Amino acid sequence: MPNSSDVKITDGPRGPKPRKMLSRRNIILYGTLIFVAIYYLVPLYVMIVTSLKGMPEIRLGNIFSPPIEVTFEPWVKAWAQACTGLNCDGLSRGFWNSVKITIPSVFVSIVIASINGYALANWRFKGANLFFTILIFGAFIPYQIMIYPLVILLRDLGLYTKLPGLILIHTIFGMPILTLLFRNYFTTIPEELFKAARVDGAGFWGIYFRVMMPMSLPIFAVAIVLQVTGIWNDFLFGVIYTKPENYPMTVQLNNIVNSVQGVKEYNVNMAATLLTGLVPLAIYFISGKLFVRGIAAGAVKG
Amino acid sequence: MNSIEIKNLSLNFGDVKVLKDLNLTIEKGEFLVLLGASGCGKSTLLNCIAGLLDVTDGQIFINEQNVTWLEPAQRGIGMVFQSYALYPQMTVEGNLSFSLKNAKLAKDEINRRVKNASEILQIEDLLKRKPAALSGGQRQRVAIGRALVRDVDVFLFDEPLSNLDAKLRTELRVEIKRLHQKLNNTMIYVTHDQIEAMTLANRIAIMRDGLVLQLDDPKNIYNFPINKYVAEFIGSPGMNFLQGKINNKDNVSFQIDDTLFELDGYNFQTIVEDKRPVWLGVRPENIVVNDGNKSMPVNFDVVVEVIEPMGADTLVWSHFNGHEFRFTVDGNKVINIGEKINLGFDPLHISIFDFESEDRL
Repeated sequence: MPNSSDVKITDGPRGPKPRKMLSRRNIILYGTLIFVAIYYLVPLYVMIVTSLKGMPEIRLGNIFSPPIEVTFEPWVKAWAQACTGLNCDGLSRGFWNSVKITIPSVFVSIVIASINGYALANWRFKGANLFFTILIFGAFIPYQIMIYPLVILLRDLGLYTKLPGLILIHTIFGMPILTLLFRNYFTTIPEELFKAARVDGAGFWGIYFRVMMPMSLPIFAVAIVLQVTGIWNDFLFGVIYTKPENYPMTVQLNNIVNSVQGVKEYNVNMAATLLTGLVPLAIYFISGKLFVRGIAAGAVKG
Repeated sequence: MNSIEIKNLSLNFGDVKVLKDLNLTIEKGEFLVLLGASGCGKSTLLNCIAGLLDVTDGQIFINEQNVTWLEPAQRGIGMVFQSYALYPQMTVEGNLSFSLKNAKLAKDEINRRVKNASEILQIEDLLKRKPAALSGGQRQRVAIGRALVRDVDVFLFDEPLSNLDAKLRTELRVEIKRLHQKLNNTMIYVTHDQIEAMTLANRIAIMRDGLVLQLDDPKNIYNFPINKYVAEFIGSPGMNFLQGKINNKDNVSFQIDDTLFELDGYNFQTIVEDKRPVWLGVRPENIVVNDGNKSMPVNFDVVVEVIEPMGADTLVWSHFNGHEFRFTVDGNKVINIGEKINLGFDPLHISIFDFESEDRL
């Protein structure tokens, strides 16, 4: 055994091992990351820059150059004045349509799917597995197959071209993936909590509202993000199951950008596109916090 | 009066028979421990009593009332789980009062019961905290409190101490025993820890493959195990087993190779014929080390191979006629590896099992 007085601890390595900032590994790693980030951000940059330019400036053709004279005219025009067919009240109408479609669709689909998932995970009723299998099977059927039958169905229900009809469609198509999401989350909640609640006399709804739901905020956040972005960005169902005055924002955006009368107003098109994309973007930024929060902490050992 | 009666209970999960025609009667105020290795059906039985699992066949009575089809909350039971299962988003107070609110009790009655339970368990200071801010021991106290506030006759414990560290486990074990002495209600306690079983139980039910092998008080289970499995399961370090046969020539004795152990004093349950192959089981703590004079009826020599000092006593490993043989000696006794030691035991304290059926003879 070495005598402690013989060893000078100051001589050898001590404390954290020094790391080189500009090592080969770091250069490759960060180089790649920066390159990829730029690659993805350039189109966004072009859009923002273009939307802030006037038409004469755009005609110069320097798409990467920042605007010499910043103008918000295109944004105002895209929101309030751009024409689609005969209507010249801009994207605002589509925005409010989209809001009217998205909020009820998201709410209804999440409420139903979370109860589905809860029942499937915790109350193993007879035929639960068959029900689940059929539901999941639905997630793998390309929905183009169902477009025409659903048109007929909605027509017979008297909901075709109306907003409630589109809300129904979004709710149905959100069901398989959301139910899977909730079921899988609820199965990770310790079964003993559910048992304890039953011993404590809570029923189906009592356990759902008082025990399961408060523990599941992260998964509700995930479901909201999925549904809001999915429904807001939907184009196909919007164009098929509604009529022009009920068109969601995406359909209206398409109509503005693709209208072929007069000059192509690139700045207005860019502004309209950015406006349409703002809502999903905002949702991502707001919900980010909820993902990280460990809500289930303390339920079991740990 | 019987507190719990289980009649011909069976439970199948698909093709797997977890509980097989099980009968069990538990008296009022009794502390019954269900003990067994994992997968023996002890937790399943507890869940059936609680009403958390639907039984395949049979009946369950609690306080003379058939509860087989009743919801858990209607059965008059409180349950404590291994993982505590506290509602994480509620405070301790919320956890304790949850069942009372579900039962729509008056507010001052809820407050009275919560106060009473938290005093008994000494968790008054924690009432405003969330479970995440509690230590393991405190969490399990709250979980016990949740059963306590319900003011029920039957407590069910599903391995409540398994998640705690060794020191806390012994502390809470005593507390549960105190609680039982104070409340004097019926408790059923599932564990795989034989020390918990021995220390807590009025009676222990040793389970294996969905059946109760032996139901008896701890002393009898320890001293007179009904078969080899029970004998192996109870006691730490485990019982030593020697394989041999009965020799009835002069006195009844146990023959292993050329050695004869006279079994004078052993209470055979049946008449045992000559040359019957048997196991002889003797607990390490029933072995005496002879210092010169042979004080015990049966004596033999072994060579010390490994020693494990454990403080109060020392566990010594050796071999006897090809069988591993352990015995404990006083912790202060000096024992050297390779040393030849003369051991002895009293046939009164051994167990003889049939070789084939492994049942006690």
